[in-house]
Amino acid sequence: MNTEIFGIVVMFIVSVLLAMPFGRYVAKVYNGERTRFDPIFNPLERIFFKLSNIDPRREMNWKQHMQAMLTINMLWFLLSMLILMTQGSLPLNPDNNPSMSADLAFNTSISFLVNCDLQHYSGESGLSYIGQLWLMFLQFVSAATGMAAVVVLFRAFRDRITSGLGNFYVYFVKSSTRILLPLSLILAVVLVFEGTPMTLAGKGTMLTLEGDTIQVSRGPAAAFVAIKHVGTNGGGFFGANSAHPFENPTYLTNLMEMVGQLIIPLAIIFAFGHFIRRRKLSWIIFGVMTAGFLILAVPNVLMEVQGNPAIAEMGVNNKLGAMEGKEIRIGAVASGFWSIVTTAISTGSVNAMHDSSMPLSGMNQLLAMMVNAFYGGCGVGLLNFFIYIILAVFISGLMVGRTPEFLGKKVEAREMKIAMIIALIHPFFILVGTGLATAFPAQGAATLNNPGFHGFSEILYEYTSSSANNGSGFEGLGDNTLWWNISTGIILILSRFLPIIGPIAIAGLMAQKKYIPESDGTLKTDTGTFGMMIFTVIVITAALSFFPALALGPIAEYFTITQ
Amino acid sequence: MKSHVIPALKITFFLLLLLAVAYPTLVWSIAKLSSGGGEGQTLKHKANTYYSNIGQSFTQDRYFWSRPSAVGYNAAGSAGSNKGPSNEDYLAEVRERMNTLLAQNPGISISEIPVDLITASGSGLDPHFSVQAAKVQVDRIARIRQLPKDKLLALIDTHTERPLWEMLGPEKINVLKLNIALDNLSGSQSVR
Repeated sequence: MNTEIFGIVVMFIVSVLLAMPFGRYVAKVYNGERTRFDPIFNPLERIFFKLSNIDPRREMNWKQHMQAMLTINMLWFLLSMLILMTQGSLPLNPDNNPSMSADLAFNTSISFLVNCDLQHYSGESGLSYIGQLWLMFLQFVSAATGMAAVVVLFRAFRDRITSGLGNFYVYFVKSSTRILLPLSLILAVVLVFEGTPMTLAGKGTMLTLEGDTIQVSRGPAAAFVAIKHVGTNGGGFFGANSAHPFENPTYLTNLMEMVGQLIIPLAIIFAFGHFIRRRKLSWIIFGVMTAGFLILAVPNVLMEVQGNPAIAEMGVNNKLGAMEGKEIRIGAVASGFWSIVTTAISTGSVNAMHDSSMPLSGMNQLLAMMVNAFYGGCGVGLLNFFIYIILAVFISGLMVGRTPEFLGKKVEAREMKIAMIIALIHPFFILVGTGLATAFPAQGAATLNNPGFHGFSEILYEYTSSSANNGSGFEGLGDNTLWWNISTGIILILSRFLPIIGPIAIAGLMAQKKYIPESDGTLKTDTGTFGMMIFTVIVITAALSFFPALALGPIAEYFTITQ
Repeated sequence: MKSHVIPALKITFFLLLLLAVAYPTLVWSIAKLSSGGGEGQTLKHKANTYYSNIGQSFTQDRYFWSRPSAVGYNAAGSAGSNKGPSNEDYLAEVRERMNTLLAQNPGISISEIPVDLITASGSGLDPHFSVQAAKVQVDRIARIRQLPKDKLLALIDTHTERPLWEMLGPEKINVLKLNIALDNLSGSQSVR
């Protein structure tokens, strides 16, 4: 067990240590400074921009940024519907998997477009290799979209007074080529040498030692699994995601996939500090996020290690912990830890089945997604956190009786309205969705895999995962139905683009305002006190909005099995 | 909006070439250098080839049983059971697995049964089980195969895979490799 604990400590420390220098690199990339990879990427990007009629020097304001982002996303959505609904007749389909139905293609396209990767199909039987490669492409560009958006925030607080906030296409392309692609390549190479398949051949056949014939699904998995983590996407190549021995063959790959998914969300925090030359602010943000993350992760690991009390009661040797839905090569500790990483940073890949987690572990997974800003997804994590910062600035401002300001810019009624709306839509989507699905048992209860409180948690989890653009699930839910495909699909779009547009609008508006130099009366935002203020705002927002729902699901279940 | 459509289309095309064609092709060619060549790692035994990472169903008494699987070790449809910890039907199933183990392994006590042998894995294809999962089956296999117990324990010992770099993660045993070695051991015994 000690080696297992040591394993996750190493995973976390390595991630943070790598993210610090990488954050500096990310800041350089977005700032257009020289890096040592320029000789490769400069000519490539120049050709891309030239042939695409893009003028990389054209500055955009925040509205133009959003227009460019929405247009290209719309285009990908249409292409995606086309590909997924015809994949059965396209080439690269050795297993003869069928085309998707319209509602499933709708859900899948949106889900990968918005960096969520909720999957209402299983990779082995639901996708051709063209479909897989297309979704892999979406995994790159959806992560790059989120990152391009967060750079607008960077720019808005670097320049004193400005409306020009850089060029969307430049940030987007550079995120793809200079950040996501190299990291994915490194991870993919590790994966293939550890045993992840990378082939266009169809299923293999083998005769087992006991004499049964079985089919073994394969495919171009290594390239896919790499960007799935690096881009905090989380959609699995195979149905079992990173619990599958092909997607995650060894403890080393588990470690690398963990580092791979943490590195960009962590690096973005540090990049922010470098970019706006306020590194202390980065550390405060990192501190608040890390505190929140550990408060969720540590109890989760402990509960998974203790195992299921209902099974312990039978008298068996329960030393391994809660092993239902978990793999031996990964173990209860690394599975519990991963389950919080993946929900906190919006990856949503799983190396163990969350549906079989202990009740309060499940609650922590839910809470990580309900907050959705303890690190958070590629780019969008910091955007979500920014909303909490604005709320904290406003409340602190009221408390000391001063006009709230952040980094020398006043926060006024308009910004507050946007921040409030963005802060409220997340609980709104989750609770209204859950309420509706619960009210119509034919749509909700009929699709459950477990009775009672746990069944309710399955519904709650599905909407939380959708609204947080996370993509993991209590996968027992029979979610490939018209109801689930459409309702989660709609929530996915809204909960992706509104929380991007909102913070960008706030940042864009603030960027145009007069810069007020710091004075004695300024509320300092890079102090521990303000960090605690942000943390309190997060806790109050999450606790007040979600506690009743959590009480009906995981908390109630907890009390049934501890009796 | 309109002015963005053409650039969006074009840049999508070029990024498709880079990210969905060049990148996977590069990974694919690197995979050729790996063991298994990107087709999935295999191991050969007699005339047969097995995927060493894909767990197999072992239910015959003469083999070490593998963990329960929600999909019957169907490697073309991986999944876990997704049963919640408080689900009564599920707990009854776990109890039944425990009773089966007790019945097929006379002489063992409940407290010797490790939890991984009565719970289904996440993928349904777990190629491993714990050291205790092997040990608890030694008596049965020794009896059926007419092998001395200490030889079996030594076999388990040599097949126990240590944590990564001796410090990270759990110990484990690849069930397929252990069972192949078991067949080899029986073969060499009967020759003598």
